[in-house]
Amino acid sequence: MNLTLKVWRQKNSADKGKFETYEVSDISPDMSFLEMFDVLNEQLVNESRDPIHFDHDCREGICGMCSMYINGKPHGPKDAITTCQLHMRSFKDGDTIVVEPWRAKAFPVLKDLVVDRSSFDRIIQAGGYISVNTGGVPDANEIPIRKDIANEAMDAAQCIGCGACVAACKNASAMLFVSAKVSQLALLPQGQVERKSRVENMIAQMDGEGFGACTNTGACEAVCPKEISISNIARMNREYFSAKVSSQKV
Amino acid sequence: MNLNSKIPEGPIAEKWTKHKFNMKLVNPANKRKYDIIVVGSGLAGASASASFAELGYNVKCFCFQDSPRRAHSIAAQGGINAAKNYQNDGDSIYRLFYDTVKGGDYRSREANVHRLAEVSVNIIDQCVAQGVPFAREYGGLLDNRSFGGAQVSRTFYARGQTGQQLLLGAYSALSRQIANGKVKMYARTEMLDLVLVEGKARGIVTRNLVTGKIESHSAHAVVLATGGYGNVFFLSTNAMGSNCTAAWRAHKKGALFGNPCFTQIHPTCIPVSGDHQSKLTLMSESLRNDGRVWVPKVAKPKLTAKEATKIPEEERDYYLERKYPSFGNLVPRDVASRNAKMVCDEGRGVGNTGLAVFLDFADAIKRDGKDVIEAKYGNLFDMYKQITGDNPYEMPMMIYPAVHYTMGGLWVDYNLMTNIPGLYAIGEANFSDHGANRLGASALMQGLADGYFVIPYTIGDYLATMPYTKVDTDHEAFREVESKLKAKLDKLMSIKGKQTVDDFHKALGKIMWEYCGMSRNEEGLKLAKGKIQALKKEFWEDVKVLGSQDELNMSLEKANRVADFIELGELMIDDALHRSESCGGHFREESQTGEGEAKRKDDEFSFVSAWEYKGENQAEELHKEELVFENVKLTQRSYK
Repeated sequence: MNLTLKVWRQKNSADKGKFETYEVSDISPDMSFLEMFDVLNEQLVNESRDPIHFDHDCREGICGMCSMYINGKPHGPKDAITTCQLHMRSFKDGDTIVVEPWRAKAFPVLKDLVVDRSSFDRIIQAGGYISVNTGGVPDANEIPIRKDIANEAMDAAQCIGCGACVAACKNASAMLFVSAKVSQLALLPQGQVERKSRVENMIAQMDGEGFGACTNTGACEAVCPKEISISNIARMNREYFSAKVSSQKV
Repeated sequence: MNLNSKIPEGPIAEKWTKHKFNMKLVNPANKRKYDIIVVGSGLAGASASASFAELGYNVKCFCFQDSPRRAHSIAAQGGINAAKNYQNDGDSIYRLFYDTVKGGDYRSREANVHRLAEVSVNIIDQCVAQGVPFAREYGGLLDNRSFGGAQVSRTFYARGQTGQQLLLGAYSALSRQIANGKVKMYARTEMLDLVLVEGKARGIVTRNLVTGKIESHSAHAVVLATGGYGNVFFLSTNAMGSNCTAAWRAHKKGALFGNPCFTQIHPTCIPVSGDHQSKLTLMSESLRNDGRVWVPKVAKPKLTAKEATKIPEEERDYYLERKYPSFGNLVPRDVASRNAKMVCDEGRGVGNTGLAVFLDFADAIKRDGKDVIEAKYGNLFDMYKQITGDNPYEMPMMIYPAVHYTMGGLWVDYNLMTNIPGLYAIGEANFSDHGANRLGASALMQGLADGYFVIPYTIGDYLATMPYTKVDTDHEAFREVESKLKAKLDKLMSIKGKQTVDDFHKALGKIMWEYCGMSRNEEGLKLAKGKIQALKKEFWEDVKVLGSQDELNMSLEKANRVADFIELGELMIDDALHRSESCGGHFREESQTGEGEAKRKDDEFSFVSAWEYKGENQAEELHKEELVFENVKLTQRSYK
């Protein structure tokens, strides 16, 4: 396959950035999208041009590091996969492919396609945990959990924190990401003690980071590589409301 | 050099308990006077950082990824072992200990393995308390499955994403301590050297990967939780960024490297599809619970998965079930991998390259129904389809072995301290628990055992002897390491050669896979040593690194790592050459049984090889830690 790529190039966070056009040839349909980028980068280095910087690590769809906005969609045209799992057989010979970084105020671009997602870490630090120290916990089977509840918690816990939900949202809202963690811990018996403070603190942090509000367009769910459901957002809204009306804080 | 493993006296089941009592303690009010550096934020690093902080120490944690949540522990699929015996099937701490020592082909330290089995039960409790959503039965209790090398069901799992859920549990504990101010997290920061002051590990020098700034950090102890070095082979199931640099540079500062040639080749990976391949994808070992491995009895070149469904039963060779009736498809990884290689070498391999075997679920789907199989392995089947374009519900998977894990690593004593005082290595970065072959679902167990339940105790024993005084990063020791490091980076940038970093990495991988992969022999290893020395010379004369040092520069990062991989590759070959026996994943063709199984030479090689760095381009010196087996009788491993 021969392809034309229009890729966002930006030297650093202060640079304005622009699209550059590249041609690649002899691309095998069995290559992954990132392997196609490897080929392009080898080509660029051989021509003594700066390679394109992009985040990637596990290349099997679980670390959440890869983050390309391909032809107007986070992680590209196929549903329920990350960029690293996208293969070139999803494209046609002669295609022009446009690749951009995630774009959101809370995800500043560091270089080319690499963005800073530390805002997600700070949201988890605000309460995305159960406060237990190492040791001194009960035997695992002393906390029986209904299978359907455990499964629902697991559905939410699958979030890989890639940020596609934010990139897809016209408001750059992080509600799907935050609600996945809030849901997981609200569903489980272990998470009950901090249930109210958790949702309040995480949402306060989310707002403080500059993420937008949710207007229920569902774009986040549509692009989520792990198919996290927006019903988690509904649950988080309920959790938040119930925490606020019964708040102990005055 | 005196290699003291510091194994406590007494019966094996009492060693750890007694040792915990005998170790010195640091008073709670004094813990805040000590600083600890943890490099790496995977299962071992995150759990250790969180646990140290909970105890009251000040922690600095470093990772090269953009967030600690992305460490490669996240990619572990199948599960985590623990001797809970929830299934009432005869499991016990002793059985887990026994299986692990046997699975490791009697090249691990008994006392360490027993401790691992003891604390395995605490890990599950801890993770459940953190909210890790393990799979459950209808009654609400935890579910288990079985893994290779064991005849009990002791593996806990969270669908095919157990590593992810355990890591997110440890990450949440770490995040809580970051919020508390007890851990200072440095993401996108890579350790490039270790700093010794008066012979003790007192800090590290790092490069900020975004700004390129070289920085020094001082502490009372340094813990390396930097994972394994499987990427020496270029193609492996490791993440693209997984590297040996922190461990290797500590080695060059004097830390001994244990059993470097012990590499695990995982039997069930998606086969290589072409030269463009950048990494290999693992299909969880749990698939061997229900999948049956086979090739045609008579060679059928370029057989596709679709055509395979039409091959009648009597023309198939389920070679693992045939050769190992009692373990069948669940033989340990080294045995399964070697057998796959053997049938492919006989010309019975399938697919375009002939380097693949089938893993077939047709019988399981017929027996249990598609829904049951989907519930167990759905995400793995989807992943397979995504990569290959084939649907494993309708036709068999094609699999082939790939480099997956390295049992070797920095030599540590029972306290997980290297021979450098104050320098610890935990998780995959050390050599200690898996011998010559790791059993499935034991890496997660070891990472969390070391981080949650071992090092929080043992580090106190060392710190209690240390003065509170901090070393300033203006100390000459830091200045000296910094300036040498800067010179090395300048050198890399100034070569301006013709070949890319990947060109070198691929060349290295080819040499290692061909001569130091699934089977090894003296002639090949000697040839490979020469090739690697030539490659090293060429690298330092002809590598091409663009851009500058003071920016995000992934070519420079990679060049640094590949330079170290080349050196480590040479040591792996030295080690493989010296160990002329076969054991576990290390198969020397000269040493096999009549049936082609690995044949150990216990009289000559019942020891840990610990290599000491002697200077640039000098041969390393071998030290031996004799392995004493007081509880397990050494036998030829049999899974028949």
